[in-house]
Amino acid sequence: MTKQQANWSPYDNNGGTCVAVAGTDYCVIAADTRMSSGYNILTRDYSKIIQLADKSVLASSGFQADVRALQKVLAAKHLQYQHQHNKQMSCPAMAQLLSNTLYYKRFFPYYAFNVLGGLDHEGKGCVFTYDAVGSYERVGYSSQGSGSTLITPFLDNQLKSPSPLLLPARDAVTPLSESEAIDLVKTCFASATERDIYTGDKLEILVLNASGIRREYMELRKD
Amino acid sequence: MMKIDFSGLDASVPLCGNTDELCNEISTEQKFELPTAADFDGFQREAVQMVKPAKGTTTLAFIFKEGVMVAADSRASMGGYISSQTVKKIIEINPYMLGTMAGGAADCQFWHRNLGVKCRLHELANKRRISVTGASKLLANILYSYRGMGLSVGTMIAGWDETGPGLYYVDSEGGRLKGTRFSVGSGSPYAYGILDSGYRFDMSVEEGAELARRAIYHATFRDGASGGVATVYHVGPNGWKKLSGDDVGELHYLYYPVEPASVEQEMTEVSGL
Repeated sequence: MTKQQANWSPYDNNGGTCVAVAGTDYCVIAADTRMSSGYNILTRDYSKIIQLADKSVLASSGFQADVRALQKVLAAKHLQYQHQHNKQMSCPAMAQLLSNTLYYKRFFPYYAFNVLGGLDHEGKGCVFTYDAVGSYERVGYSSQGSGSTLITPFLDNQLKSPSPLLLPARDAVTPLSESEAIDLVKTCFASATERDIYTGDKLEILVLNASGIRREYMELRKD
Repeated sequence: MMKIDFSGLDASVPLCGNTDELCNEISTEQKFELPTAADFDGFQREAVQMVKPAKGTTTLAFIFKEGVMVAADSRASMGGYISSQTVKKIIEINPYMLGTMAGGAADCQFWHRNLGVKCRLHELANKRRISVTGASKLLANILYSYRGMGLSVGTMIAGWDETGPGLYYVDSEGGRLKGTRFSVGSGSPYAYGILDSGYRFDMSVEEGAELARRAIYHATFRDGASGGVATVYHVGPNGWKKLSGDDVGELHYLYYPVEPASVEQEMTEVSGL
């Protein structure tokens, strides 16, 4: 008799898109608030963004149960770090922590596509982009999720900066101002909503700069 | 004599009495959890297909008179989508040893970082630098222990130690080869063509760098999964040094400049009258 196998997958894809853009002294992190399963919309008001430290914000799309578990693990580790070192974790340190946390589940991955945004030691904006098993890279801008294939080419066109790998090195900072970057992000989501069924309802934007953190919302198409 | 009990400060001791799932995950002593599926291999295959980790690449390294030359492209692809054109595929393990990345990006990044930690611990424990032979063996043994579990790593460890320049190829099947010329990745056949035909042991550093750069360029030209920026590093007796980073699109026009068409030349000659 053949072995009975479970016809059940531990994963599901709740859709959604996340974007982050880094500037000279700010970082913009945005995600839509639609949570879906197949063709059903489960809710129109679900936040994919969490602030992990005073200068680190994580936005994740994919399977929200795994995202929620990942957020809890990172928050707990950050609390331990604060107890042991008497200070908040910097964004580059949080970036490596996230990479290691994702890789330790290499054989049963978190189905989460993450973008980490924040400010580095010098106050410059930094964005780290990840794949589901933890490979990461510091970039000037990034998009992950169901609408990323629509948004990334547009961001490449508007923001593409010289590769950090070039020698002699060329300056790679996004020249946009904070308000221009926010407008750009709103444009990205308005366009992605038109052509991606899993993106829409509402856009949540977090802006991190020297004076702190600010949250903004924008309505998107609900169809 | 009574000794003060510091065991409570030990980071790996569980903070709460009853350990639960979250406690295990956040304790410092982390282990790789395995899924309790009936068909482990099938699940791994499905998970890898769904997660689509970034891979696709060209890397190469060769030993010559002046040391070791290491070069790589910078493209990461997820299926048919280019997920990044700016990936650092040459990993600086320590100031005199480099590792290259081919295969799964996360696998290579994580295990090279882990190797860097082990090399540093070796230095502290033995008061001398680890040899390239030793470092490559450490990595090969780790990868062999995870053999069959779906890791995808094709790396070269290049360095300069007391015995001179060293180059090893290590992969996730558990293979470890000592050699003088290697190329790894989807673009490696094209890189080998250029590398093998142009290689001489007694090249200068500039000639070696130009050969490496050209080999990467030709691989990016013909292989869709390779592209971005061609980086070249040199490992000498004083450690590694990054020699160049050139966009391969620009290299194309450098090697094959556009000739003005003969009709256009005639036109300019006529209007010059």
